[in-house]
Amino acid sequence: MIEVKNLVKRYGDKQAVNDISFSVGKGEILGFLGPNGAGKSTTMNMLTGYISSTSGKILINNVDILEDPIKAKSNIGYLPEIPPLYVDMTVDGYLNFMFDLKKCKLSRKAHLKEICDLCKISHVRERIIKNLSKGYKQRVGLAQALINNPPVLILDEPTVGLDPNQIIEIRTLIKKLGKNHTVILSSHILPEIQAVCDRIIIINKGVIAADGTASEIAGKLTNEHKMTVRIEGATHTANDKNEIAEALKAIDGIKYVRADMEREKGIYDYDIETDEQTDVRRAINTICRENGWNILMMQLSDMTLEDIFLKITTSDAAAEAGNNEPTAKPLAGMEISFEKEKGKKSEKGGEK
Amino acid sequence: MGAIYRREMGAFFTSGIGYVFLAVFALFSGLFFSMGVIGSGVSDMSPMFSSMFIIVLFLIPILTMRLLSEEKKNRTDQGLLTAPVSLSSIVLGKYFAALTLFIIAESIVFIYSVIIALCGDVIWSTLLGNYFAMLFLGAAFIAIGLFISSLTENQMAAAVISMFVLFILYLLDSLASSVPWDFLKKALLSLSFYSRYTEFTSGLFDFSSVLFFLSTAVLFNFFTVRVLDKKRWG
Repeated sequence: MIEVKNLVKRYGDKQAVNDISFSVGKGEILGFLGPNGAGKSTTMNMLTGYISSTSGKILINNVDILEDPIKAKSNIGYLPEIPPLYVDMTVDGYLNFMFDLKKCKLSRKAHLKEICDLCKISHVRERIIKNLSKGYKQRVGLAQALINNPPVLILDEPTVGLDPNQIIEIRTLIKKLGKNHTVILSSHILPEIQAVCDRIIIINKGVIAADGTASEIAGKLTNEHKMTVRIEGATHTANDKNEIAEALKAIDGIKYVRADMEREKGIYDYDIETDEQTDVRRAINTICRENGWNILMMQLSDMTLEDIFLKITTSDAAAEAGNNEPTAKPLAGMEISFEKEKGKKSEKGGEK
Repeated sequence: MGAIYRREMGAFFTSGIGYVFLAVFALFSGLFFSMGVIGSGVSDMSPMFSSMFIIVLFLIPILTMRLLSEEKKNRTDQGLLTAPVSLSSIVLGKYFAALTLFIIAESIVFIYSVIIALCGDVIWSTLLGNYFAMLFLGAAFIAIGLFISSLTENQMAAAVISMFVLFILYLLDSLASSVPWDFLKKALLSLSFYSRYTEFTSGLFDFSSVLFFLSTAVLFNFFTVRVLDKKRWG
């Protein structure tokens, strides 16, 4: 559906996008992830023909965007970072304008109604756009992108400015759209990408740093497996801690054990690293049974997307500081979502 | 092109610029009509048309200032440039919207002709000659204004620069008379919008001048398309 080959964009001396290649299939939802200024928006602007590339090739539905821009653009619905809204118009007037501009052949009334219902803006259709809240403007922007039912949707940070309920709505909507559209969306909100996208491309400094599903990317970055177990010892004292840690270390396949904080009174968590092949869960269970300890929690902690993101985008700085902890302190704004994500992981871990 | 044309026509009136343009045009043409035509007891409207040159020169930048600058400032150009339409249809849609408003404003002279018809005879050949001369002048000036609007994000800057440029074009005659070299004098005079326009108001319908105005319009619309295209490569 979308093919990008060796895409380069230079602004004077500054290399905004440096030799990016990827392809997206039909019905795939691809997430662009990257820190600010990584080249996400530039790439999207090139994909949609708003700016042209310095070199490289973009095929949308097998049509080269430079050779036949009009045909290529008719396959794309684009929601830029700032929705391109004429704020003096009513929502209805604006959508009708975009309907005409895209030379849409569908039934006007039914198509616009369908889109407005989908984006939940039916009740504001008569309002002037400048009087709408940020969230509604964003939805009108999304509605505009959906006009003419384009097979490719390119959404640049679609949930910016929305409240949590709306974010969930939009994500559900995008997932729904992903069933019969090809969607590329960018975001720097990690859980969002993880919740919506089948595949992730991490862009850093204008190059693709990673490409694949979240677990594939994680797998490439590390060959260690980590888990956390919470074990209740017999005496509920610090003595337990050492005893249990020693016993765990003795298990075949466990490379590293670290007694973590006291999570419940007298009960400790143990972070364990194992090699790839060995499954140590049964061995841990056996030891505990033999010693009369209780396992209160066992959680596999694969790298989360946060870990991956931080590892990739800060790898230089981290290496210099000698900081190999993948779970470096998340940025302030990410903290809440980070915790949430952790919770989700533990559920998953439990299932395993 | 149709969608952009209709939106621009709507925007002229929602933004109020359309009303201001029509009102100021009507005010000054009415003033010149009552003083220069009715006041001096003639039935020829040419004096009014020749006085309107300077008013048109200041009014057209008001009409064209926001056409492209505002799109860029509000990032609505992203919607236009990623839609399946060509650059030339974007530019021409806007151009013809402005031209339509200008024609509406200018057509007020037909109301004046009714007033003249009440007390004398209307000389239709000179009236229509003047009418089309002003239309061609407007067509050229709007293209220049639209081009300048494509160069900046600031609509006030677009208006001021357009007025300045059009004023320079107006001054070409006096400039020509003060240059010592003959060939330069000739070149400047041949570019003079004012002398070509006043030829019409003195009753001379010159096709080379019509061609001059129209090719100016085509040329500057072409430049505008190139500016939009070049921005994508920046």
